[in-house]
Amino acid sequence: MTLELSHFNAALLFSVFASVVFGITQRNTTRDQIRYGLYCFAMFVGGIFLAGWVMWLLRH
Amino acid sequence: MPNPAARQQNAAKAEARKGASSEPLTTMSVIAPAVAWLIPGAGHLIQKRWMRGVLLMASIVSMFVLGLLMQGRVYRLNGGDILDILGFVGDVGAGGLYIVTRAMNWGKGAIAHATADYGTKYIIVAGLLNFISVADAYHIAIGKKP
Repeated sequence: MTLELSHFNAALLFSVFASVVFGITQRNTTRDQIRYGLYCFAMFVGGIFLAGWVMWLLRH
Repeated sequence: MPNPAARQQNAAKAEARKGASSEPLTTMSVIAPAVAWLIPGAGHLIQKRWMRGVLLMASIVSMFVLGLLMQGRVYRLNGGDILDILGFVGDVGAGGLYIVTRAMNWGKGAIAHATADYGTKYIIVAGLLNFISVADAYHIAIGKKP
């Protein structure tokens, strides 16, 4: 069985898993863990779009 | 002769060193990191952090399995290129998952698939995330984290 994800979907899934682990391990209270996990996810996704636009600008 | 401010600073440093070395070495502080490395998330589960353990396990195992399904490559112990050595270090972090994968001879890597490279990175990062999880389990065991 082979899984073929697009680059965007692979990056999105990566962001979800990494954010969950960062949130749980880097903060102490449940509320802070959720907030930090969401913050990391937003940063990952923001980074994906930023990198995408930078590559588009380099290409054009 | 050191001035009073410097003496006070030295005393504070000595106190901090004493505090760092007086962390209790309990059975749990040895077992939890070992179990956490072998089975991702289990170090939290044995300390009754159920939700955290389940979420860590789900995230790390999913990432590793998805990496394998994408035909990612699992690094073997090697003394070659520095990136290959670091890849091996990352992979080993997944503990039991890495051992099973090697035993079953999975993770050969397929150059034919464009996503295989993503898979290789997924597997390495799953191992690295498990290293963070191991450190967290240890901090819980010594009482540094609730």
